[in-house]
Amino acid sequence: MALLQISEPGQSPEPHQRRLAVGIDLGTTNSLVATVRSGVATVLPDAQGRALLPSIVRFLPDGAVEVGYSAQAHQADDPKNTVASVKRYMGRGLKDVMHAENTPYDFLDAPGMVQLRTAGGAKSPVEISAEILKVLRARGEKALNGGLTGAVITVPAYFDDAQRQATKDAARLAGLNVLRLLNEPTAAAIAYGLENAAEGIYAVFDLGGGTFDISILRLSKGVFEVIATSGDAALGGDDWDQRVFCWIVEAAKLAPLQPRDMRLLLVKAREAKERLSGHAEARITARLSSGEIVDLTLDAETFCGITEHLVQKTLAPVRKALRDARLDIEQVKGVVMVGGATRMPQIQRAAAEFFRRDPLNNLDPDKVVALGAAMQADALAGNKAQGEDWLLLDVIPLSLGIEVMGGLAERIVPRNTTIPCAKAQEFTTFKDGQTGMSFHVVQGERELVADCRSLARFELKGLPPMAAGAARVRVTFQVDADGLLSVSAREKTTGAEAHVTVKPSYGLADADIERMLRDSYQHAKEDMQARALNEHRVDAQRLIDATRSALAEDGSLLTAEEIADIQDKVSFLEHAVTTPHTRAIKAASDALNRATEEFAARRMNASVRRALAGRSVENLDA
Amino acid sequence: MSKTSAAAAKALTSSHFELFGLPPAFSLDLSSLDAAYRDIQSRVHPDRHARAGDAERRASMQMTTRVNEAYRTLRSPVRRARYLLELQGVDVGFETDTAMPRDFLVQQMELREQLEEAKDGAALDALNRSLNSQKRDLERQIQEQIDSKRDFDHAKTLVRKLMFLDRLGEELDAAYAALEG
Repeated sequence: MALLQISEPGQSPEPHQRRLAVGIDLGTTNSLVATVRSGVATVLPDAQGRALLPSIVRFLPDGAVEVGYSAQAHQADDPKNTVASVKRYMGRGLKDVMHAENTPYDFLDAPGMVQLRTAGGAKSPVEISAEILKVLRARGEKALNGGLTGAVITVPAYFDDAQRQATKDAARLAGLNVLRLLNEPTAAAIAYGLENAAEGIYAVFDLGGGTFDISILRLSKGVFEVIATSGDAALGGDDWDQRVFCWIVEAAKLAPLQPRDMRLLLVKAREAKERLSGHAEARITARLSSGEIVDLTLDAETFCGITEHLVQKTLAPVRKALRDARLDIEQVKGVVMVGGATRMPQIQRAAAEFFRRDPLNNLDPDKVVALGAAMQADALAGNKAQGEDWLLLDVIPLSLGIEVMGGLAERIVPRNTTIPCAKAQEFTTFKDGQTGMSFHVVQGERELVADCRSLARFELKGLPPMAAGAARVRVTFQVDADGLLSVSAREKTTGAEAHVTVKPSYGLADADIERMLRDSYQHAKEDMQARALNEHRVDAQRLIDATRSALAEDGSLLTAEEIADIQDKVSFLEHAVTTPHTRAIKAASDALNRATEEFAARRMNASVRRALAGRSVENLDA
Repeated sequence: MSKTSAAAAKALTSSHFELFGLPPAFSLDLSSLDAAYRDIQSRVHPDRHARAGDAERRASMQMTTRVNEAYRTLRSPVRRARYLLELQGVDVGFETDTAMPRDFLVQQMELREQLEEAKDGAALDALNRSLNSQKRDLERQIQEQIDSKRDFDHAKTLVRKLMFLDRLGEELDAAYAALEG
């Protein structure tokens, strides 16, 4: 995935060589790519100097794909093949898609995730999102004049596991090495916090095109700690457009619309909404395909009236987040406004009234998330000196659980638990002689499984027949730093085991991604192989460098014999890298990884001891 | 996943208190805990090892997971108390043995009735204040029994009471949520 320049074997890259990393805000309405150059985060514009890339993808019959402004230009004349706001469909089945009847798209109810029928074939939201990411990746590579080490991709904090997994899959499909999935409000807090040296409790109010997040963070020197997060993964500026659209249809007494007219009026609705952020009224004119003329004027008061319930919908999650954080409004020092939809005066007023203070608007609400993501990408790529970097402690937005008898959800990991985290719970059989158990993993806060999101189902087989209640099955949930879940189950007396990375019911199998990657390469098979070889070489070289510096730093934790063994494996991998054999490189890398497992664990322990030793020295000094 | 390494196993079996270099007591200096937690996390967190090999990234995730769990346990009075008793071999065993003093159960029933009858924010606030003061009182008693008198059986009953109050607290949260919509 990473396309770093490879140095000659035995020669490590220059110590001060900066690794090229970008932050990508994959938004519902617009997407951006940013990077840190000379210590300053900047958004990378396109050749015309435009920072935003409209998140719109058009599929043509010849297989060509248009992304951004060129696709936007065809929204009205080619509505079925021009997909906007695809983020709303990420990790979603057809039954979850709201207002499907008010969109011009031809949905296909595919297993797992919905698909859209286009002139270019049936496309999943993951594939459509990947088209947007490919354009941003190319923009990054061009601006930075080289291959990218990796990217931080932002997701709404309130995205569930299926939506996160879909986003990561899209990035992989676009050929990006994902350094981290980062929550959008957290990214904004990094950008705001570093810029303003902010300390204290801050709320980030993030209303985007299709999602709403509220995060409460504690900012202190070098630490960004998310205390609670809440939101609505299906509430955003789009919904205001939709309200205006419905108002137009009613006010102009329009008959059922053709897709083209529907899209045209949605665009007009959005323009009117945007105009009303700075004006008392907006005129809406359109000529429909029937020749019928729409000519209406929407005033700010009417606009506020028809969208008031949407404003109220943002406040319930805000209250919930504050309650979860166990904080009073007075303790919140500032409210950072993020997302283009926070430009609406009624949103500004609602936030100001609720928090009893003027919201902070000194960062561009369209760019702040991408800038924060770029800063985090820069840190993760290893471009920050120790002491210059920061610690980010984020949480899981929704509780994770398992279905138990009676269709109830048993909570295993509660929402707002700091990640990475793991939790285990024991379950047992309820029938005599039962040899298997099936598990249903769900996410959400409701008691009934039917009201939660189904993430995965898996089975543990091979239990020896025992009396009901005698088996002891330990189910472990592990959530990683990206907020992604994997689940394993183990029967204690027999050791029967099952393990799943949670993606089967919503998302793509690894094989699907590989197939899509293959399909997307029109070139010969050799190109694919060359690409794979290059990627493995880069990864292997990185592993060699990392192992060398670990040995230099912490060799004292190992016996001479252990060092010799690791050096052996390093030499072996160094040799493998010079060959054109991808499989040999992979095998040698795996061997080195296995050989360094114990070393890695000892190094973590040593890190803990050093942290504590550093503390006692400080205490003595005090 | 491969088998846990010897070093990892050792770290996983050290107590939460040892992990943070703190004395095993109910009475705890929270600012020391916070500082130790942050110092450790800033070294072991996956963000610090994002470009490392598989082995190191896995070790980082395991340690961070462990540190987060330890911090979560020690930060909460009721979890800290349960954990201290477990270290002493005393199982609070909430599900297995629910015999509680009668007067306490009666009091709990009364509190729940009040909760059901509470129709507005002011009534919930009053109940919340009363609950919090009862909790603080119990925490004082737990501290005395665990740290000074070392009467772990007595502490066990107190911890169970505190768990009852915590559950009531959750129901109170749900009531606030229902009220606010």
